[in-house]
Amino acid sequence: MSIPSRKQDNTHMTKYEGYQRLAQLIRGYAVTMTTRTLSSHVGSCLSMAELVAVLYGGILHVNPKDPLWPDRDRFILSKGHAAAGVYAALAEKDFFPKEWINSYYKNDGKLSGHISFHVPGVEFSTGSLGHALPVALGMALVAKRKGKKHRIFVLMSEGDCDEGSTWEAVMFAAQHHLDNVVAIVDANRIQALGNVADIIDLEPLAKKIEAFGWSVREIDGHDVQQIERTLLDIPFDSGKPSFVIARTVKGKGIRYMENTLSCHYHCVPQEKLAEVLVELGVEDAFPV
Amino acid sequence: MRSLFNKTLLEIAEKNERIYLIVADIGFEEVERFAEIFPDRFFNAGVAEQNMTGMACGIAMEGNIAITYSIANFPTLRCLEQIRNDVCYHKANVKIVAIGSGLCYGALGVSHQSTEDFAIMRSLPDMVILAPADFAEAEAAIHKMIEHQGPVYFRCGRRNEPPVHRGKIDFEIGKAIQVCDGGDITLIGTGTVTHRAFLAAELLKKRGIKARVLSMHTVKPIDAEAITTAARETGAIVTVEEHNILAGLGGAVAEVLSESGIGIPFKRIGIPDTYVHLVGSQDWLLDHFGFSPESIAETAQKVLERRR
Repeated sequence: MSIPSRKQDNTHMTKYEGYQRLAQLIRGYAVTMTTRTLSSHVGSCLSMAELVAVLYGGILHVNPKDPLWPDRDRFILSKGHAAAGVYAALAEKDFFPKEWINSYYKNDGKLSGHISFHVPGVEFSTGSLGHALPVALGMALVAKRKGKKHRIFVLMSEGDCDEGSTWEAVMFAAQHHLDNVVAIVDANRIQALGNVADIIDLEPLAKKIEAFGWSVREIDGHDVQQIERTLLDIPFDSGKPSFVIARTVKGKGIRYMENTLSCHYHCVPQEKLAEVLVELGVEDAFPV
Repeated sequence: MRSLFNKTLLEIAEKNERIYLIVADIGFEEVERFAEIFPDRFFNAGVAEQNMTGMACGIAMEGNIAITYSIANFPTLRCLEQIRNDVCYHKANVKIVAIGSGLCYGALGVSHQSTEDFAIMRSLPDMVILAPADFAEAEAAIHKMIEHQGPVYFRCGRRNEPPVHRGKIDFEIGKAIQVCDGGDITLIGTGTVTHRAFLAAELLKKRGIKARVLSMHTVKPIDAEAITTAARETGAIVTVEEHNILAGLGGAVAEVLSESGIGIPFKRIGIPDTYVHLVGSQDWLLDHFGFSPESIAETAQKVLERRR
């Protein structure tokens, strides 16, 4: 599926083209935010762009006019270092004024480098890995007790899966049949010091998580149709928490960054920004 | 105090359906009643304190009061980052209960001695620290802890600790309670070891020294007014805490005194800055480290000599 052109009238986009456009916008935001402030983690934002786009574009029941609406789906970004990618979606969905984006990472800014609940629409602050899933289970326990239908989504990294606290929560969720919990791993195969396979090889991750009592699906984390279809099918099995391994590419969308470790740290250089925005097809939204 | 805690919590939970208890596989013959009566508000995380604390935070973020419960250092140090990033940063209504703190489990060894908890919990913004001296304080403290909106660390005794107060007490978070009055020196205690400070004051009385005893049941926020008043009115202060000598009650009192400009003789009694590898009961270890009423009284007398 080709990326919808900026020239296309939004109203005539298919739903999937809309997701793709949102994903590219998320990438555009992440690139401009990190380049302007010489900040890190753009690669982590790029790999999860379609996941975030489909979540905010069509899956999460949230209301920008009432961010704390009691029946909202809860979404926690566990890989809090990719905050820029979620701020992008929240800005696009009008949870806060788009000008806030310009204050990212800046002195007295509204948006910190790791995600913070002080931002409207952000459910919970993270930044240290392995914190979100336990918190999500607490929220899920309350929802079950109250007979509420909302779901609790956690978007994790492979680094998150190194943390013992994640596995504590994985065991508990299955024990308590928390089928209102959905963990999605943005499996881009690269963590802070190298390839996941060379550091702590998580594979076979699906088999491991299944053995721990979850229902697992592996998908292409850049295929918006697959993402949507998968997330519309939650819970995969009644009585079991759902786990999605989304196979992604670190730095996706910017060819020179794809599958590199350095894009975890280095932003797009200022002199390359215009070219990269053209490559992403979003130069109309982000004039340099 | 442990049993009193569980009994009182049960009574409160009967009237307040927002209260949840999350344990980390600790509480034999204590938490079972809660689990039976409120199965949908009791969870055993297993031996997994990080998940216990994270889940409690998630429960609290949904408008509830979540109590985490374990012994010694397990509900604090093992999951410190969850307490800092999840609970305190979000001002979540999580109450961290440590049964058998200080040297309660003395003979079990260093792993089961929580002797740095005040210092570490005290440095977390928005954390309230309660360490009741006796049953009367503990019962009142449980109610106040539940009423308080935000994180609380509750350092709970384990045994049939003796009473410090006679009659009714007026317990407010952040307000020290005067156990007995005196004008010569003030002994400030926190937690169950306060009883020993009180016994020391009785010994001093026999020697013609009138000691004021304050129960500083709230280590944070510290009652600065009670400290400066005591400094002005009695002219000497000794702190007594079942905790490392660094950065606990004595440290908090020293901070208040040094910034108040009231220069008085002052001494901290605490556990030396070391790990306690001596094997012995709580009482034996406390006596060993200078917490016998006689030792506390002697320390107080030496402080008074500095004033002369």
